[in-house]
Amino acid sequence: MNMAGELLIAVLVLFGALFCGLSAFGLVRLPDVYLRSHAATKSATLGVLCVLAGAFLYMMFYVEVVSFKLLIAIVFVFITSPVAGHLNGRAAYRSGVKLWENSIQDDMKPVLERNKGMQSKN
Amino acid sequence: MVSALLTAALVILSLAILACTYRLIKGPTRPDRIAALDTIGINLLAMIAVIGMLLRTQDFIEIILVIGILAFIGTTALARYIERGVVIERGDDEHGR
Repeated sequence: MNMAGELLIAVLVLFGALFCGLSAFGLVRLPDVYLRSHAATKSATLGVLCVLAGAFLYMMFYVEVVSFKLLIAIVFVFITSPVAGHLNGRAAYRSGVKLWENSIQDDMKPVLERNKGMQSKN
Repeated sequence: MVSALLTAALVILSLAILACTYRLIKGPTRPDRIAALDTIGINLLAMIAVIGMLLRTQDFIEIILVIGILAFIGTTALARYIERGVVIERGDDEHGR
């Protein structure tokens, strides 16, 4: 039972680490900033949440400490990591980084042009 | 057995940090580098959690919190910098960019 519990936690941690490795692979291989940000944000967040949940279970069962700091870290990473990715993508678009040439949709461009037209009318 | 699996997780995470370092050095634009730095911070946090489990100690939890907060604040400040040219905008002058 003890061994099985440890094995479950280790498999959870290994799953999270595999997701982190997958996100780094996407960060190297994908063609432009926005697709790379898609890879770097979502799957890295899922992987880190799996690793931290495994660490929380490990601390609870084998060090015998229910660590609220680890819970706070889980909630904090879950909230802030997608927000940071979104801020980075918006900064990239506003500073004029081009999309990949095979991208087929750009929803931000008409909105920005409409805003610019309203500003110049005023 | 379990420590072998945890060590394998450490190896995978360090390979992920290596790949992010490649993107950090080569990355054609500045937002690429910022995304790579953010991912390095996140992976470092996971590595420290795994090391804490290998050593069976709870002393690294504060470090996890601090690295998470610093990664978020650093990414936010750098994104503001490349978007507007300043990190902290002063309220009293409008042309002070």
